[in-house]
Amino acid sequence: MAEKYKVLYYVNQFFGQIGGEDKAGIEPMYKEETVGPALGFNGLISEEGEVIGTIICGDNYFNENKEEAMKFILDIVKKTNPDIVVTGPAFNAGRYGMACGEIAKAIVEQLNIPAVTGMYVENPGVDVCKGQVIIASTSDSAAGMRKALPVMANIVKKIVKGEELGLPEEEGYIPQGKRLTVFSDKRGSQRAVEMLLARLNDEPFETELPMPVFDKVNPAEAIKDLSKATIALVTSGGIVPKGNPDRIQSASAQKWGKYDVSEKDALGADYCTIHGGYDPVYANELPDRVAPLDMLKQYEKDGVIGKVYEYFYTTTGTGTSVGNAMKFGKEIGKELKEAGVDGVILTST
Amino acid sequence: MKLELRRIHIKDIQFGDKLAVENGVLTVNKEDLIEKLKEDERIKDIKVDIARPGEKVRIIPVKDVIEPRVKIEGAGNGFPGASTKIAQLGDGKVNVLYGAAVVTVGDIVGFQEGVVDMWGEGAKWTPFSKTYNLVVDITPVEGLDPHTHEATVRLAGLKAAEFIGEAGRKVEPDEVLTYEMESNALETKKYPDLPKVLYVEMLISQGLLHDGYIYGVNSQLILPTLIHPNEELDGAVISGNCVAACDKITTYQHQNNSVILDLYAQHGKTINFLGVILTPELTTLEGKFRTCDYTAKLCKTLGADGVIVSEEGYGNPDSDLVMICKRLENAGIKTALITDECSGRDGMSQPLTDTASEAVAVVSTGNVSHVVTLPPADKVIGNAESIATLAGGWDGALLEDGTLMCELNAVIGATSEIGYHNCTVKLY
Repeated sequence: MAEKYKVLYYVNQFFGQIGGEDKAGIEPMYKEETVGPALGFNGLISEEGEVIGTIICGDNYFNENKEEAMKFILDIVKKTNPDIVVTGPAFNAGRYGMACGEIAKAIVEQLNIPAVTGMYVENPGVDVCKGQVIIASTSDSAAGMRKALPVMANIVKKIVKGEELGLPEEEGYIPQGKRLTVFSDKRGSQRAVEMLLARLNDEPFETELPMPVFDKVNPAEAIKDLSKATIALVTSGGIVPKGNPDRIQSASAQKWGKYDVSEKDALGADYCTIHGGYDPVYANELPDRVAPLDMLKQYEKDGVIGKVYEYFYTTTGTGTSVGNAMKFGKEIGKELKEAGVDGVILTST
Repeated sequence: MKLELRRIHIKDIQFGDKLAVENGVLTVNKEDLIEKLKEDERIKDIKVDIARPGEKVRIIPVKDVIEPRVKIEGAGNGFPGASTKIAQLGDGKVNVLYGAAVVTVGDIVGFQEGVVDMWGEGAKWTPFSKTYNLVVDITPVEGLDPHTHEATVRLAGLKAAEFIGEAGRKVEPDEVLTYEMESNALETKKYPDLPKVLYVEMLISQGLLHDGYIYGVNSQLILPTLIHPNEELDGAVISGNCVAACDKITTYQHQNNSVILDLYAQHGKTINFLGVILTPELTTLEGKFRTCDYTAKLCKTLGADGVIVSEEGYGNPDSDLVMICKRLENAGIKTALITDECSGRDGMSQPLTDTASEAVAVVSTGNVSHVVTLPPADKVIGNAESIATLAGGWDGALLEDGTLMCELNAVIGATSEIGYHNCTVKLY
């Protein structure tokens, strides 16, 4: 690399050598020099890179005047146009961690410039930015500075050069929560046999899939008078108009569809299933077996319910990630809420 | 029971005048094979092709993969109960055309069929890029209902493997693998101090393209059942072309079940391998409770100290997996589970649809939604456009230049939950 890559550094009032808690209210400032940890960091990358300057801001000021502080900081980043931004390390300092996390995240998301920070794993700033920013795993106090900086410098070097980062435990960063498929040197059955043997012999073993923890959803309050309620029909059973006009996937859905059923008595022969997770024969004979529009319309006629909502919503449940399912749920829920729907019949398969 | 798998190493497949193996080269008379398969009046047309490791060939939509074999001693040739007369399997000598496979393709039956690439990036993701594949492309007569269509192509694959397997009848094998285990009582006498281990193999049992078959019996109809591992290695269990391509247990993988083989390798050394329990994954809650209770009861009755449980498919069977685990662990039986995961294309979602705190030892065989880009093939056997409707594909997955972008979902055997392949997941 002929030209050195440029690093912009962010620290708080303490590490910026302005002062302690009494100076936590100071406004952000920019110095074209290496202040505090930026100095040590510069020494670690000096062969190929350089720290071009340090932004300093009081922790209280940042957290209480986020908009102004962020504008100042992002303006400096735009003006100086660094190859990468480093914030912290914040160790276990909560307000500093929040600032380091939010600033790093904003720089990645808004300016598309990579950013690296360092924190103790329990710092609240971790959850703010771990999906977007690489966070070096540090000790819980500034005594760990000497260890933290080389780890951060090594990560910065790799990112700037476009090298792929290794595993979190190898590189020393906090896992981002991405479950990535890779190859093992042993087939799965062999790994299972070894894991079981370890358990039988009371030897240490490590699961490859820690059990997920689930959200709990509180049920909505009961509908007091069904005969006046508008009920919508929503399914994850992959029931779509024949021809699948919105090209919803047969597994691992990336989208949902909605179709006007206000003029129909049943889904009937115009609909079919594209769901790849169950025997489709019986659903194709009568799609209402999966999404019972026929029964709902009958209830509407009989006055059991007030009205069937005019649109029917659908997607495929099989292999669909919880992330996508949550997104679909929010999007569909928002539309139904805005349309004044009182209740939903949600069918799975 | 004592079973000899006598491997004849196959190094190439060629078309020729007769069916034979000479110096590791399998020669197949195409017309004879086609004629044999067309004896089934439900079949209108058969095409046969060859795909070799390293060739820039893509096979799609693959339904099943079967290992061609012939039984030269002992009861039952082929797949008794499914394609041949019923017989007790597990004893005898089998000549195996090791390194060859019959791969069935043809008009799509469901969404659960997949792709095999023989070279490059795609080859890494499927174990069947390493076999010499005789690809049988089946066109059924018009008007078959979907269940009959599926049964027709399933049977055609089995028959093709039996037909080809005959080539090995008189050939001396390159290696002989012997699998021998007597009654549990005798084995326990031999190895009184070794921990007793069972293998619970879950079979998806949920309708069209979602059933396994045991001696021809649909797994939907059974209570969990104990079989000798030799029976499965001898062809007792076949695929109903179940579930997504990435984690369906193809017939080939039943014939070479890697959990059975890896447990067998430890038998008498570190464990006393008691046998295999085949457990159906049903759709109803009552069914799940019944089979999970029953499975745990069998494990307890047999006195297992440890159990490996493998899943087939994902979604609702995740519940069966952790329910079985919970019951076993609560009974003091240690478990190791094998499953794949649905963590989303970005890998950021929770991996399973059900959870149990007892599941502390789990092998992950990959994220089914991991997206791969497979470069264009020189030759496609089957129909490249079918990716648009397969599980793991989408409309637009096939780019104009022939590049295929898809989830591992669509790649045969990629995330095999019997741990037949090498994929795993790391947290980044």
